[in-house]
This record gives sequence, structure tokens and C-alpha cells, in this order.
Amino acid sequence: MSSNDFNSTPITPELVKEHGLNEEEYKLVLEIMGREPNINELGIFSVMWSEHCSYKSSKKWLKTLPTKADWVIQGPGENAGVIDIGDGQAAVFKMESHNHPSFIEPYQGAATGVGGIMRDVFTMGARPVANLNALRFGEPDHPKTRHLLSGVVEGIGGYGNCMGVPTIGGETNFHASYNGNILVNAMTVGLADTDNIFYSAAAGIGNPVVYVGSKTGRDGIHGATMASAEFDDDSEEKRPTVQVGDPFTEKLLLEACLELMATDMIVAIQDMGAAGLTSSSFEMASKGGVGVELWLDKVPMREEGMTPYELMLSESQERMLMVLKPGCEDAAKAIFDKWELDFAVIGTLTDTKRMVLKWHGEVAGDLPIDPLAEASPEYDRPWEPTPKQDRIDPNSISAKVSHVDALKTLIASPDLASRRWIWEQYDHLVRGNTIVRPGGDAGVVRVEGTNKGLAATTDCTPRYVMADPVEGGKQAVAEAYRNLVATGAKPLAITDNMNFGNPERPRIMGQFVGACQGIGEACIALDFPVVSGNVSLYNETNGVGIMPTPAIGGVGLISDLGHHATIGIKRDDSALIMIGAATGELGQSLYLKTIEGREEGAPPPVDLGAEKRAGTLVRELIELGLVRTCHDIADGGLLVTVAEMCLAGNIGADLHLPEAGSEVAWLFGEDQGRYVIATRDPDKVLNAAGSANVAAVIIGQAGGDAVVIDGGDKVSLSELRELNEGWMPSFMAEAV
Amino acid sequence: MKSAVILFPGINRENDAIAALKQATGTEPTLVWHGDTELPKTDIIMVPGGFSYGDYLRCGAMAAKSPIMRAVAERAKQGVTTIGVCNGFQILTEAGLLPGALMRNASLKFICKNTHLKVENAETRFTNLYSAGEIVEYPVAHHDGNYFADSDTLDRLEGEGRVVLRYCDVDGKVDPATNLNGSQRNIAGIINEAGNVLGMMPHPENAIDPLHGGTDGRNLFKSMVEAAS
Repeated sequence: MSSNDFNSTPITPELVKEHGLNEEEYKLVLEIMGREPNINELGIFSVMWSEHCSYKSSKKWLKTLPTKADWVIQGPGENAGVIDIGDGQAAVFKMESHNHPSFIEPYQGAATGVGGIMRDVFTMGARPVANLNALRFGEPDHPKTRHLLSGVVEGIGGYGNCMGVPTIGGETNFHASYNGNILVNAMTVGLADTDNIFYSAAAGIGNPVVYVGSKTGRDGIHGATMASAEFDDDSEEKRPTVQVGDPFTEKLLLEACLELMATDMIVAIQDMGAAGLTSSSFEMASKGGVGVELWLDKVPMREEGMTPYELMLSESQERMLMVLKPGCEDAAKAIFDKWELDFAVIGTLTDTKRMVLKWHGEVAGDLPIDPLAEASPEYDRPWEPTPKQDRIDPNSISAKVSHVDALKTLIASPDLASRRWIWEQYDHLVRGNTIVRPGGDAGVVRVEGTNKGLAATTDCTPRYVMADPVEGGKQAVAEAYRNLVATGAKPLAITDNMNFGNPERPRIMGQFVGACQGIGEACIALDFPVVSGNVSLYNETNGVGIMPTPAIGGVGLISDLGHHATIGIKRDDSALIMIGAATGELGQSLYLKTIEGREEGAPPPVDLGAEKRAGTLVRELIELGLVRTCHDIADGGLLVTVAEMCLAGNIGADLHLPEAGSEVAWLFGEDQGRYVIATRDPDKVLNAAGSANVAAVIIGQAGGDAVVIDGGDKVSLSELRELNEGWMPSFMAEAV
Repeated sequence: MKSAVILFPGINRENDAIAALKQATGTEPTLVWHGDTELPKTDIIMVPGGFSYGDYLRCGAMAAKSPIMRAVAERAKQGVTTIGVCNGFQILTEAGLLPGALMRNASLKFICKNTHLKVENAETRFTNLYSAGEIVEYPVAHHDGNYFADSDTLDRLEGEGRVVLRYCDVDGKVDPATNLNGSQRNIAGIINEAGNVLGMMPHPENAIDPLHGGTDGRNLFKSMVEAAS
């Protein structure tokens, strides 16, 4: 298409279909426009009404999530959520998916996912201080898994390391349901001053609309539409729709934006992410209730001969759109000149509530704003609840191997093996504020210049959500809560990254609805609201969906870093105490999967009241300085938890067995709401637990250089370490 | 005691450098922009880590041609204490202030972890508070830290006591197994002929606080301050 035939391209039914709009939606387009759209306008409807940008299948349910607390400054709806962390400071954070691009081109897909989420955070006026991620790959034996894992990890590192933002945590799962559709969810936490936070609502008729950052190229056109469709065997042909990242430019953009934000020149600012210039301009105008006239020929272009259609739909990275106060253009431009970045006035705000696109003076598009943004379509898709599975009777499982052999198998399994191979490729120390490194429950960074710490974690157990979306949704939130508590942090808020299959299938929609219900219940009970999030649907290949994966990113505050906890057993620790009660839940456990070869049963239920009581107690024990060693009990159960604590501290432990009941369920059950702590003061801890009405029992003693079961069967730490550390490096070293 | 930190576009460990210099000198370092041509009066110059110019072309190659580097080279020639860490080391080699080059890690991967280092020469202005043969622990965080020089240069460096730090294990064993990035002769840090310019890949500035998990890096900064005062 040449640049001036946008009014002559015939809008055929095929073209409409190629743009991902169904018949109903196109009828609505005609109604809204009162005429046939031209190609530019059709492209804009296509991306703005894509699932990725409009949340049309999900917003009905997202609205039910709790988003408020005294410390919430900004909930969902902005570029990122903002919470108050005291002393005039705020934490700004969000998690976002880049699943489809990462499957097609793992390095660039993952890299630009990290770049995009960091932009979301610094758009708000925050300096990014920590990155995390949540990754899901296919089964290890799948021929693509190594290639994808290796590319994704390099991409995340390549972007985050160059930006100088430490990657302090994350999680990685392998499962066959992700063979054709991996998940790459990236989270960034930033720090801002509460009196200098920037929002996206455009205001001030006549104010200049300014474009800064990289030039616009042809990359990523229709990325948002691609992210809203299922994959098939030809999906790799979509490689050109994957954006290419330039972290160096983004580093300059970060510094230039923060420098500009220290002045008083910005009215509103929004990053150009999915659907690029289209979504940023429509969202800013819609939120501010204004119109925009854009002069597309003024957009800095990377290539010759670009069309209005391409300029509006490009997803070129490292770009921002802002509205400045009038008369500030020269002073603002000087900052971007210093950082050698493009700066162009590309439009002005109007009072028409319409988006008028100009191309060398000619109107290239004229659309109403609200129907494409805030008032875009919303569906109440039919859904079916997931049938409940029966609880596994713990007494029905008899040990086929010794407990120590089961431990050795589990700790070397793809589910539980050390992720060191991954996180050593991420700079997790830059900025000099990393206090708890990856490999523990949550990463912790010091709030610069203070003695406070921000703890952050990402969590989800997809096999639980698959078996019971409501309990699984609760569990994802509860585990994030627990991982924060285990460092001594007060959990403050979450971001949710909802990864599901095709919402047009009632069974999948039922998973989404159930997970939202579970997440909502847990957020209310734990006082742990949702402040930002992202939805990724259509995670299917050839009709097979992924396991439902609502990844939760949690952030908490440690008020005094002098009192925080890590998972490694320390020299002066003596007793090991389990906090929280166990009834022996083996359904969906890794023991059942790995040792028995069964992926079945009801997942462990989450008692949110007990969760809150146990969490509050553990945090207080850490704050009092009584506990410096703490690990939550999660995948694999009690014995794996203790083994991880021994490996991290290089000190062994002797674990008691219960006098009655199933030993397997005691050692490997995945009952929720539990922690193992190590302390030199067991009496004080037990007394405090009694007063708090929280179950607590001494489960063993720290010491030695082996994990011992009831004074008998044992495995040395060196053997255990080799098993735990060995799997991933040798897996990745194998020739494909 | 005055110190200066040089900033290039893409440098990202300036915060860490500033914290370490401030702790050792008691005063805030001066930040100097790459486009400047003059350096302020300073006792210590630090070129910090990061990805100057995105590591495009070759790590440190473009930064080495920045206007400020002429001033840095001149001061270094006059004997001012000058330290380059990580990308800073790469920049100093590209600028010709130190011999050799830093190539891609032998593993071809970015490596971020703590490592043990053997202080081979404790009589430099950077290491005089350590003892000879002392084993210290700093983190590394780099993709291109594989030190290379021809064998004549290496022999000369060794002969003149200019290999200051070597990768080793906790017991000080220096061998291929403890060579984390493939560097020739496990070299982690070297000084120039005059002894006033140090380049090193590991990050002493990330080991200066008990909350970092160790404080072994403090003595490197303190040594510089003592030598310069």
C-alpha cells in the first residue's frame, strides 16, 4: 500500500476477518463510524478491540477483584499499580505477559517483555529497582524446550542486565501443556516519591502531544492481534510480528524521562506498548475525556515509505507518548537531546473527543475515542465450573521407596531442581541494594538510603488451578503472601498475570472465572489487594490449552532490614519448628506425580483464616529477632523444605517422624499455610504460637552434614547438593 | 579526599561505585559526564561497570573514544589513582591504559555470582590493606570478562607483579576448575606499569556492607584512600 491510497483500499469481508474482527464486531464498527471505515481506521479497531488491549472477555470478572486498601495509591487501570511504603515513598509495580512472541522468537520476545514492563513502571515516575519473572516451558523432553528456555533466559538477562535493574526472583515450571505455548511473565518493581507520580490522563486543550524515544519501524505490527489468537503449525511465520529490543536506548529513555520528571513540564505520559501509538493515544485521550489530532508525518521514522497504517500499528520498542505543558517543548527537548533520543511534537489535544489522524495535511482517519477505549465491547462468555476431584486418602498411599530415596528423586526432578543455571545469568546485584538473592522465598532489595526493604515474589501452582481453579487461585495468592512473610516482610499488594486458554470455550472460561473467585477471596482475607495486572488468553496450540496459570506477583515491606530472615539454617539455630497444621494433603502433590506417576486428586485446600494467623505470627517472630531462618512449605512438602534449608545454610538436620498417621503424608504432603523456622529459642517461639492460636511443633534438630530421618536413614548434603544442582546444567548441556 | 566517577551512556553501576567511594572517602564523589573534556581536581578516578553504548561494536570500544577519556588518560599518566571495574576495565583496555582485552566468557553466558579471588600482589595502592595471598570474596556480573593477552605480555605482567587478583577457590587453589570465565592464567585484575591504574572484572563495590553478605571489598577502596592521602 502506498501512503496515500488509504481511502481506496476496499474493505472486504476477508480483510475484516484478517483483522480479527467477527461479524458482530464489524457491525458495531459500522454503527459507531456511521460509514465504512478506511484501512487505517479498520486497523485501529482491530488492535483496540483485540482481547489483548480491550480485555473484552475478562473485564467482567476482573472488576470483581478487591483493589483497595489504605496503602493503595493507584489500583488497576494505569500503567502500573502504586502503593505507599511510608516516608513519602511508593512502590510501583506490575507483571505482564509476553507469551506468544517468546514462543516464536524466544530471545527478542522475552527481552521486549522485560523492556515493556520496565517502561510501564518508569512511565509512572518510578525508577525500576527489581525485576522478577514467572516462566513456564513444555516438558523437558520436548524438542523445543531447551531452545526456548535458553533463548528466554538470555533475552531476559540481555535486557535487564543492560538496564542495570537486578533480577531478584522468579519461578520456572515444566509441563507438557506448555509444549506449544510457553509463558513468559515479567514483573518490575520501581520506587517513586508519593508526591511525584505520573499518570496517563491527557488534559489541557491545545497542549502539545510529544513523541520521545526510538524511531518507529515496521516491527511488531499487529502484535496485539497475534497475542489474541490461538497458535497453529504456521505460527512461526509470524516471526516478523515480534518486536526487536534495544535495551541501551531504553536505558537512555529511562534516564531522560526521570530527568524530565524531576521538572514540572509533564501533564500526562504513557508508554507505547502493545498496539503502540494507537493504544497510547486512545487511552490517554479517553482517560482525560479529550480529543487528539495526530500529525503522523511528524513521527520519527526508521524506514522510508512508512504508511499511516504502519505508524499507528507498529510496536517498535522504547517509545513514549506525553502531553507537555504549553511552552515547555524546548526545555524538554534539551533533555532528550542530551540523551541523544528523538523528540517530536506530533499532535495537539482538542475538545472533540475524536482522534483525527493527519497525513501531510490530509485526514487519514477520524474516529470517536471512547468506543475504542473505555467503552470497548465487553462479553459475558458462557462458562462451566470445573468438576471437583476427590481428596486423596493419605492412608491409601504406601511408600514404595524409602523416604530418603523419594527425597533424592524429588530434589533432582525438573520441578524442584535448583534454578541456579537460570538466575546466575541475571545480574541480581546491580545497584548494590540486593539483600536477599534469588533461590530463597522472595527476593529483597533495600530501599536506597533507608533501612527498609522491599520483598517481591512470583507464584502460581498451575496443577492446583487445573484441578480446582477456585482453590488454586487462592493458593497462588496465599503462596505469594507466605513467601513475603518468610523474609519478614508485611505483604502489601499483588499484581496478577492471568494466563489461560481460549475463553470462547466454556470450560476454559470456567477456569478463569474460578481463579478470579479464588484470588478475590484470598486478597480480601489476607488484606492483599490487586493493584495491577494483565490478561493473556488464547494460550492454545492446535486446540490444546495450557494449564490455567494465574501468576501472582506479590510485594511486601520489611520495616527494618536488621531483622529479616533467609532460608539457610544458621550456625546458632538448634530446633526446627513447623508453623501451621498438617492433615496430609497428597492430591496434586509432586510426590504423587514424581514417585507414583499420578497427576490427580483435589489440591490442598487453603484455610485463609489460618493462613493469616500463621503469617502474622511468623512475621512478628522475625521482627522481634527471634527467627532469622524461615522457609515456607510448598512444592514437595516438609522434607523437601527442610532439605532446601539445609543446602542453603550448609548445615544438616535430623527430622522426627510422627508417632501415628501416614509418614508419606507427613513428609511429602503439600498442606498449605505452613512454614519451617529454625531458631535457638524454641520455647519462646512455641509460647508465642500458643498465644496466637497457631499450630507449632518441633519437627527436628539442626546440625551435622546430612539430612537424617529419625536418626536413621540419611543422605549427605554433598550428595543432595549434587542432585539438586546437577539437573539443570546437565539438561541444558545435552545436545538437542 | 576527592573522587570522581565517569559516566558514559549505558553505565549502570555508578550507584554502587558512588556508595563504595563515599564509604571510603567520607565525601560524595563528583560525577563527570562523558562529553566533558575537563576533569575536576581529584585523587581517585573510577570508571564504573555497565553497558556503555550498549556494548555495541565491542565492550568499551566506543566509550574509550569519548572526549573525557583524553582527560582521564592524562591524569592517569600524571599518576592519579585510577580504577576501572567490569565495563570500566574493558574501557581502560580499549583506551590503551591497560594491556590485553576482555573477550566473551568461555561459557558464552552472563555470569553473576560470588567468586573467590587471590590477592597476588598486596603491595599496590589498591591492595595494601590485604595481605599477600589473602583469599577474598567479591561478586562478578559480566558477559565479557575473559581476559586475554599474548604470552609475552602475560609473562611480563607476572614478572612485574602486575597480576593483582586471580580467580581461585575458597582455599586459594588456582586452576582451570576455578577459572570462572576462561581468563588467561585465571587473571581477574591487573595494574599498569606505573602501578596507579587498576582494571578488574569482579565488583568490590558490591561487597562493602554486611547486608551484601560480605565486606571484603571495603579494603580495596580503603587502600586507595590511604595511598592517596
